[in-house]
Amino acid sequence: MATTPKRKRGTTRADNQASSDDLLKYYREMLLIRRFEEKAGQLYGMGLIGGFCHLYIGQEAVVVGMQAAASNEDGVITSYRDHGHMLATGMDAAGVMAELTGREGGYSRGKGGSMHMFSKEKNFYGGHGIVGAQVPLGTGIAFSYKYRGENKVCMTYLGDGAVNQGQVYEAFNMAALWQLPVIYCIENNQYAMGTSTQRHSSSPDLYERGKAYGIPGEQVDGMDVLAVKAAGERAVEHCRSGKGPYILELKTYRYRGHSMSDPAKYRTKDELDKMRKEHDPIDMVKKLLIDGDIIDEAGLKDIDKEVKAEVAKAAEFAQNSPEPDVSELFTDILIDA
Amino acid sequence: MPIEVLMPALSPTMTEGTLAKWNVKEGDTVASGDVIAEIETDKATMEVEAVDEGTIGKLVIEAGTENVAVNQVIAYILEEDEDASALDNVSASSEPKKDAAPAKEEESSKEESSDKAPASASSNAAPVSASGAIERSDAEPRAMSVMNATQDEKTYTSFKTQTVREALRDAMAEEMRSDENVFVMGEEVAQYQGAYKVTQGLLDEFGDKRVIDTPITEHGFTGLATGSAFMGLKPVLEFMTFNFAMQAIDQIINSAAKTLYMSGGQLGCPIVFRGPNGAASRVGAQHSQCYASWYAHCPGLKVVAPWSAADAKGLLKAAIRDPNPIVFLENEIMYGQSFEVPDDEDFVLPIGQAKIEREGTDVTIVAFSIMVGKALKAAEQLAEQGISAEVINLRTIRPLDVNTIVRSVMKTNRLVTVEEGWHFSGIGAEIASVAMEHAFDYLDAPVARVTGEDVPMPYAANLEALALPQDSHIVAAAKAVCYR
Repeated sequence: MATTPKRKRGTTRADNQASSDDLLKYYREMLLIRRFEEKAGQLYGMGLIGGFCHLYIGQEAVVVGMQAAASNEDGVITSYRDHGHMLATGMDAAGVMAELTGREGGYSRGKGGSMHMFSKEKNFYGGHGIVGAQVPLGTGIAFSYKYRGENKVCMTYLGDGAVNQGQVYEAFNMAALWQLPVIYCIENNQYAMGTSTQRHSSSPDLYERGKAYGIPGEQVDGMDVLAVKAAGERAVEHCRSGKGPYILELKTYRYRGHSMSDPAKYRTKDELDKMRKEHDPIDMVKKLLIDGDIIDEAGLKDIDKEVKAEVAKAAEFAQNSPEPDVSELFTDILIDA
Repeated sequence: MPIEVLMPALSPTMTEGTLAKWNVKEGDTVASGDVIAEIETDKATMEVEAVDEGTIGKLVIEAGTENVAVNQVIAYILEEDEDASALDNVSASSEPKKDAAPAKEEESSKEESSDKAPASASSNAAPVSASGAIERSDAEPRAMSVMNATQDEKTYTSFKTQTVREALRDAMAEEMRSDENVFVMGEEVAQYQGAYKVTQGLLDEFGDKRVIDTPITEHGFTGLATGSAFMGLKPVLEFMTFNFAMQAIDQIINSAAKTLYMSGGQLGCPIVFRGPNGAASRVGAQHSQCYASWYAHCPGLKVVAPWSAADAKGLLKAAIRDPNPIVFLENEIMYGQSFEVPDDEDFVLPIGQAKIEREGTDVTIVAFSIMVGKALKAAEQLAEQGISAEVINLRTIRPLDVNTIVRSVMKTNRLVTVEEGWHFSGIGAEIASVAMEHAFDYLDAPVARVTGEDVPMPYAANLEALALPQDSHIVAAAKAVCYR
């Protein structure tokens, strides 16, 4: 384990350029997440989405970059800020939105909601509501890959808040002990709900949290999709070659509150504005596309229109899909033995 | 058509708020994500962002207006190809949009179908069907026709004498031989051969890929095993004792038991959580608790509690084969006791069926796990005093075999429940309710509960004996319900 060199302290930038097609793909995928989340926020405001709704706006480069490094066969599991992950694994926007509105057409037929969606087909394993609980679960998914001799990796996402849960370290220990193919993607958006990393973490460098177990870690600019992809590829390669787990700390920022009813008074407006203006992950790719003469403004506008139409269609489906039949109350509790 | 900007609800309970401030004026260009207004709710001031891009065509509600209803139009945004004339066609309605939040409209139709809707918040009493049986979950079918005989166990001709410990080991070994997905995991299960020697010999036969020693890390390995079960592996997870599973109960309930439901049936969890439960002998309060009622409380789990070696073998095999998460409560004191076990690899007992261990006519005694033995001893003493007691070994706590209990009570008219756990919200409380719901008219005396005393388990030998149910308590309770 100790033979793997750890990246130097500091932020890893993209060290390779992506192809034009790739850049366009990332742009579109990130834009889809952003427009989807904006629409979800709007539907929440209209009372069509209930309960908790945690938006991913600002963090799009993390999951899009990681998925660019992974194969379709690899597993993904995360906590409750999960809409972006579902879209990035290729789950249907309409099915996700219909779950948010609690309708029959949702991925869990309206029984899971924003925090609990799954797609076996897309290897997305939730959607978990207890902070940190998805970490041992994702480690167990990786255990199943190794048990069956499958050369797959489980992308296990957790936030900077979850790194203070004890079970995370129980999982780190077993993953390192048994050399399980799991990448712990710490999405450090700098706030555990309303408590900043400075106030909740004795060490600011979350990528070092696996040090005691010999798990290599890297800190990555999570607002830069190419940097995320490059780091993700190193992590995937590490796991696939049988060297065990890997930690990526993806420094990112959420533009919205923790959930819809959070006014986010614990941070300054300047901090948010600076992030939006100078580090927006979508603007960053947009600039690469324009500066590289890959596409012009009109071309980008066409993509925007397409994405908007897809989201509008999802929103329409989510409002027109009926509520689940009352008989659904009693299904899926146990499987008939 | 101009785009309507509606007054948003910013929490699940918000119905109106104050439009404190406009951050834009008519004619301004806005893009998705731009903050256009601030709204005060009862909790906080929140920002409203534009979801669409365009030009602010009209601000319908003035800044400072209080009590603006949710979903009321507060502004119009003109799309790229529209000019102000597009606003001529819209009437600035002050009414909230009716098509939003459709859930409320359906209240009347819900009323009509309430006979189909199962026990809801509005009705605590479960609906009763024509046969007098309570309708519950389809997912938990119960043989509700109380006149039907309980299915007899398959009869076997060849038996061997085994301890409960050996029976459990054989059950695991047989299932591991027939299914590669089955593996055993826990503290000291492999090289040490099991803290209580239940997994003796498994490492030698199956190797360390399938018999896995874990660190002392209950919360972590329970989550890990549950995650592997989501992928179709079939872990048999040993807790050194169920007392330690309290560290892991979040993963057992929130992850293992609920995910099938939360995923709309996509992700099952075929896992067995097993280990000794309840009091051993003189191990003090933190190592001596019965968790039957804790787990039996939760939909999405099955809870099994064997007494004899045959129970242990047949039920553990069934539990490993079952596609659902199963909590399998053993008892340390029973591990060394011997019983006759059918000598047949196909011997499996059905989960959800109780067994009448001794037939009787005067009083029904319902027990599970180690208390079955005490109930049988009590029944012998009662027989000497002229009372014929029927002893039911529950075998499964959830789903409860209501049928067998109710049929017996209809015959004996008297019921005593026995459990090692505390009485409050205990298994006895549930069984007493079942008797009241299904056999009220047949009861000739109030149901009596024999339970552990309402104290943490003491260490001193004399106090521990006082805290646990004894044969004499069962005899006394049976006599009391027989008014003798």
